[in-house]
Amino acid sequence: MSATTPFTLLANASSMTWAEVPAWPVVDFIRTTGAELTRGARLCALFGVPEGAAVQLVAVLAFDADSTLAVGRSIPFCGEYPSLSASHAQAHLFEREVWEQHGLTPVGHPWLKPVRRTAGDAPANAGFFRVAGGEIHEVAVGPVHAGIIEPGHFRFQCAGEEVLHLEIALGYQHRGIEEALSGGPHRATLIQMETIAGDTSIAHATAHATLMEALADSEAPLRAQWLRAIALELERLANHTGDLGALANDVAFLPTSSACGKLRGDFLNLTAMLCGNRFGRGLVRPGGCRHDLEPALATQMLERLRPAMTDTAQAIAWLWDSAAVRARFENVGVVFPTQAAEIGLVGPAARACGVVRDVRYDHPCGWHRFAQAPVTVWPGGDVFARARVRSLEIQRSGEFLSEQLPSPPEGGLCGELAAPAPDTLAVALVEGWRGEVCHVALTDSAGRFRRYKITDPSFHNWSGLALALRGTAISDFPICNKSFNLSYCGFDL
Amino acid sequence: MKSLLDLILRLDCWLLLAPLLPGIINKVKAWVAGRRGPPVLQLYYDLARLWKKSVVMSTLASPAFVILPAVTWVALLGAAMLLPLGPLGAGLSFRGDALLMLYLLALGRFATAWAAMETGSAFEGMGTVREVSYAVLAEAAMIAAVLSLSVQSGSLSLATMLTPSLGASAVLLAAGLFIVLLAENCRVPFDDPNTHLELTMIHEAMVLDHSGPPLAAILHGASMKLLLFAVLLVQAVLPMQHLQPLAAAGLLAGGVLGVTVAVGLVESLLARFAFRRVPLLLTAAFLLCLFALLVAWKGGVP
Repeated sequence: MSATTPFTLLANASSMTWAEVPAWPVVDFIRTTGAELTRGARLCALFGVPEGAAVQLVAVLAFDADSTLAVGRSIPFCGEYPSLSASHAQAHLFEREVWEQHGLTPVGHPWLKPVRRTAGDAPANAGFFRVAGGEIHEVAVGPVHAGIIEPGHFRFQCAGEEVLHLEIALGYQHRGIEEALSGGPHRATLIQMETIAGDTSIAHATAHATLMEALADSEAPLRAQWLRAIALELERLANHTGDLGALANDVAFLPTSSACGKLRGDFLNLTAMLCGNRFGRGLVRPGGCRHDLEPALATQMLERLRPAMTDTAQAIAWLWDSAAVRARFENVGVVFPTQAAEIGLVGPAARACGVVRDVRYDHPCGWHRFAQAPVTVWPGGDVFARARVRSLEIQRSGEFLSEQLPSPPEGGLCGELAAPAPDTLAVALVEGWRGEVCHVALTDSAGRFRRYKITDPSFHNWSGLALALRGTAISDFPICNKSFNLSYCGFDL
Repeated sequence: MKSLLDLILRLDCWLLLAPLLPGIINKVKAWVAGRRGPPVLQLYYDLARLWKKSVVMSTLASPAFVILPAVTWVALLGAAMLLPLGPLGAGLSFRGDALLMLYLLALGRFATAWAAMETGSAFEGMGTVREVSYAVLAEAAMIAAVLSLSVQSGSLSLATMLTPSLGASAVLLAAGLFIVLLAENCRVPFDDPNTHLELTMIHEAMVLDHSGPPLAAILHGASMKLLLFAVLLVQAVLPMQHLQPLAAAGLLAGGVLGVTVAVGLVESLLARFAFRRVPLLLTAAFLLCLFALLVAWKGGVP
């Protein structure tokens, strides 16, 4: 499928010079991109690169079946361009973002409003879609919530208990990470990468490190790649376990809720054994890893991992054995496979719609070229399917760790990294626990960052949550939300 | 003089012992989960703390917002005074007091619902709608239960009605009334008293905007309601009229404790139902009470 594309192909974690990226006038660029999306490509990122007073659009596509990525761009322009969202919904947030950042107007965009900021105001102040009618009531939730969670605003249009439409307004945690990166990498860059979304520190740091290595046309030592893969699975284990516990808590099922809260801590502590930080901060760095895993420590980790896995399996078994829990999860918050494909859902949320989509399998790089966990897919698209996929991934991550921990590759941990090549574009995808983490960097003539684009999986998946709520009872919003558990700060950047 | 002493003793029982029940439920839940849990007396501490706080009022709310929780509290206390306490008998007893008790419970709910609408918040509106629609079904079950007790004893006074004999009717009533107790007191599987999620709340959503002493009155009233239903359930099922006063009192206390622990266990082991399934369970409770009525009417009581 990708063999005939006019886009330039490249593999995950590789780079190409900026001149190699094909450029078309913007109308042709949009048409070509639309044609590729129709043929089954997926939009990983769409962003603007300023060129003097004008801006050029860059699209990064993924051909999952062919394990290849494709890049194309428009020639610099100002003003308007025909909207891609009108025909391909997965572009809608990207186009709004470009409009917000560069002022390029997508003509024909069905719902053009800011993504993160409204001139000086909080995003929630922007106009919301409203359903008219005497029977309709509007419910506004957030940005300050009853629990200790991140800020976000949810606007429901309901007829009785049934939700007709949900609109989500974010941007309360916009920190300007992408802007701060231009001219980089700076000394603070790695720390910023680890805090894009605190619970996805390892995935984002790995994506950044891989990108830096691609820009320097080198690769981290095998032992470092092995360590990164282990840390990534530990991150997945901790978050999936915590979320299943939170799901149980939301339906007031205490046994699993209590057990998973404790077990999440066990997995976080395993990460702390690896690098001294429960969220894996300071482990990954461009060129390699900062902390080695000695054989004695690896054995100790295995010894702690086994009982934690057994206990987790037991806690999850309670969840599936309870008819009351299954009745709550089944047929609630359904996302249909066609919708998942249309909006470009990623990660466990996509796999729970029966879509085979996993960067570790589709676009393997690093250690995943040598060791793979099977892709976990479950049909249904409801809360049950999402919980099920997560529970199966817990099992498979555990198996992956048990296999990998006893057999480390030999060699050094951290190599010297050359300076980034000038005028080069590099792409790195990593399967974080929420899904595909995408980092794209473009360097200037001095080898500094000219543009750095980050796409957190939440950026794709928030639309999925909004769709899942249609026709669902508003009282089921919390379990739908928890089954996705998307990042606010990863979206807000 | 004796009646004054009796009144004080009775008030003490209801006012001072009621907040113990939520504490016991929470201890049971913590124990099942392997946690230490909050102290049994936590609600007493909370009430003392709330009593010292000031009231925060929405600019939209009328003074009814503060008065109505007091109305609810008084209505619940009134209902409690009508209920006989084992060997102590009822504080006030007359023909038809069972109906007055039902109406006082309904009045309490009406006042809470009205107070909830005062602030004009979407959450409270949703909570009220839910509470009131489920109450319709729960009240049907409750009335069927009272009718069955009435037919069984041939009386309309609680003091005579609550002298059951063991049998099929008692078993059916126990099951039906226990479900009604869970629904009326917003326990799992109907509602989750611990949830922080506004969108899934029923009763909690109605009282979100209350603060200070009115909130204390609401929480204390809720614990009295729980005690009331537990006492009613135990006396409607366990025959204790032929026991020594001390033994009867012990049996009542033990029964109430047993019901409380059962609520805690249900809450520990069962997930909450989806809203659309709640009417099914309440209808089941209604049917159980209805069959109890049939048994009492046509059945075996000689």
